Amino acid sequence: MLEVSDLSLSVSIQGESVEAVSGVSLKLKAGSVLGLVGESGCGKSMTAQAMLRLGEHQGVTKAGGDILIDRQSLFSMDDETLRHIRGGRIAMIFQEPMTALNPVFSVGSQLIEVIRLHLDMDKRQARARAIGLLQDVGMQDAEQLLAQYPDALSGGMRQRVLIAMAMAADPDYIIADEPTTALDVSVQKRIIALLLNLQKKRNLGLLLVTHDFGLVAEMCDQVAVMYAGQIVEAGPVKEIFDHPAHPYTRALMGCRPEVSEPGVLMPVIGGQVPPPGRWPAGCHFAPRCALADNACQAPVAAKAWRSGEHIARCLHVPEVGQ
Amino acid sequence: MTPILTAANLHKSFSGGGMFRAVTGEKRAVIDASFELAAGETLAIVGESGSGKSTTARMAMRLLPIDSGQMLWDGEDVSSLSARALRSRRHFIQMVFQDPFASLNPRMKIWESVAEGLRVHHRDLSHSQRRQRVAETLALCGLDDSGMDRYPHQFSGGQRQRIGIARALVVEPKVLVLDEPVSALDVSVQAQILNLLNKLQRDRGLSYLFISHDLSVVRHIADRVAVMFAGRIVETGSAETVFGRCRHPYTQALLDARPIAHPAERALDSVPVAADEGVAGSGCPFQLRCPRVQADCANFDCRLNAEGYACLHPCR
Repeated sequence: MLEVSDLSLSVSIQGESVEAVSGVSLKLKAGSVLGLVGESGCGKSMTAQAMLRLGEHQGVTKAGGDILIDRQSLFSMDDETLRHIRGGRIAMIFQEPMTALNPVFSVGSQLIEVIRLHLDMDKRQARARAIGLLQDVGMQDAEQLLAQYPDALSGGMRQRVLIAMAMAADPDYIIADEPTTALDVSVQKRIIALLLNLQKKRNLGLLLVTHDFGLVAEMCDQVAVMYAGQIVEAGPVKEIFDHPAHPYTRALMGCRPEVSEPGVLMPVIGGQVPPPGRWPAGCHFAPRCALADNACQAPVAAKAWRSGEHIARCLHVPEVGQ
Repeated sequence: MTPILTAANLHKSFSGGGMFRAVTGEKRAVIDASFELAAGETLAIVGESGSGKSTTARMAMRLLPIDSGQMLWDGEDVSSLSARALRSRRHFIQMVFQDPFASLNPRMKIWESVAEGLRVHHRDLSHSQRRQRVAETLALCGLDDSGMDRYPHQFSGGQRQRIGIARALVVEPKVLVLDEPVSALDVSVQAQILNLLNKLQRDRGLSYLFISHDLSVVRHIADRVAVMFAGRIVETGSAETVFGRCRHPYTQALLDARPIAHPAERALDSVPVAADEGVAGSGCPFQLRCPRVQADCANFDCRLNAEGYACLHPCR
């Protein structure tokens, strides 16, 4: 299991250390898909990158908590061990397939490099594996593709190559950060279907980082909703869609154009997400919440409301359904 | 009534090649595109990247020269007007861009950015009159005048998009071309901007040419829809018809690709996982991925029929 336990992260803003992720806990199990949802700036990508200990050279530091892979802390590992964990045990798929591939190396050389970095294979074996991986991600003419450069491929093809690279060393966990956001709509569904297909076949634990509830509805078993650095609600996907508990989750789901009536004003959330450093002392959503009262001005526990596996950081959940 | 915009048989080709690529001949970006936009109406042009939707919009605005065909603004043929002659007419049609972070000059104060159009189209206004007009236009877009002397980086994405809309509106256009105006925004902000666009249209009788790849957003805002694929309009009709009873298999494919609203609607098992992005060079461009393809599609001339679709074997 890959576990994020009460993790807090700080960033440095104009020389000052400011908390950007606050007390986040997640459990990613083999064979399951967990969605981490939120709007830009909520800390979801920073959390996901920390799960590979990325982002540290950009000034992100751990302020508390831990990340454990099979009960072993990522923060206790030396660089050599981390190098094997990255790509070997936990692989990442990024949003922008063009910038994630190197334009001056062929698809084959980039794929074979990853394979040989993690697996004890000679060039010929690695090449055969590369062809197999490209076939697994639905590419015809895999052999010809090895000689191509990223420039010659469409966005969807590039994302397939990146997925193949992520699978290169048979990882146990995949972290996919907005894997379809940059792609055309008609390509998106196939990439989603492909990811899920591979996830099931290989019994992967998949963390999907996204702003898109449609994608969550399509892919996830479990969901965690983030707002201003905190997880405000988490639970099984059907429960979250049937009975969203936190006022923020409810509001965000109501804003989706796919559930709105044409020609009618869409529901909106008044105000703005407070940036790190300007979070309220109590519930982070309180200033924008119609249900907020005095009790919400003090910090609210992550499991202030609970129903089975479904939890919400809210003191007023019973009122929400009314 | 004369349509506010009329496009008749627009064509555009770009010559291939670039710094690192061999010259590969011409790419036909838009082929025989015709549409009309009525006053107060929203026409959405939908399609994926490379479909020619943005090129069509840029020809409609005369930001790109038109290879052949006619573009009429309020009945006047502007297809071959000179840049100089166009300048005095540009207040008629204005554009809102996709990326509110890239489309505002970071070194200009907000009011200066918004006032730029006034300096071209209303040269007679004094400095204080210009500031007054900018303040009024920002207010229309839901921003108070306290931000006028600030710089773009001090605003959020949604606020910047409001500024982008104000900049287009300040010269009082009749038509706004909206090129993916909400696709760079968060969902909750998206809803605010769509509501603002709806309100502005109602209050001011604006006409919108709305370019988008997002059918959920289009369904919310459009009166009529034109679906583009590989440079051609392959289906056009009222939003109700296109979303309710579409005929072209490509439109159906786009509709099937929309995000679902609830996990109970999952149907991914039926989605093929293999890569499939080909475009046919002759005949119907969609024939390589079309589930309804037959032999005669290879020789189809791809003209829209009287019912508004270009397909020999349409969906029921």
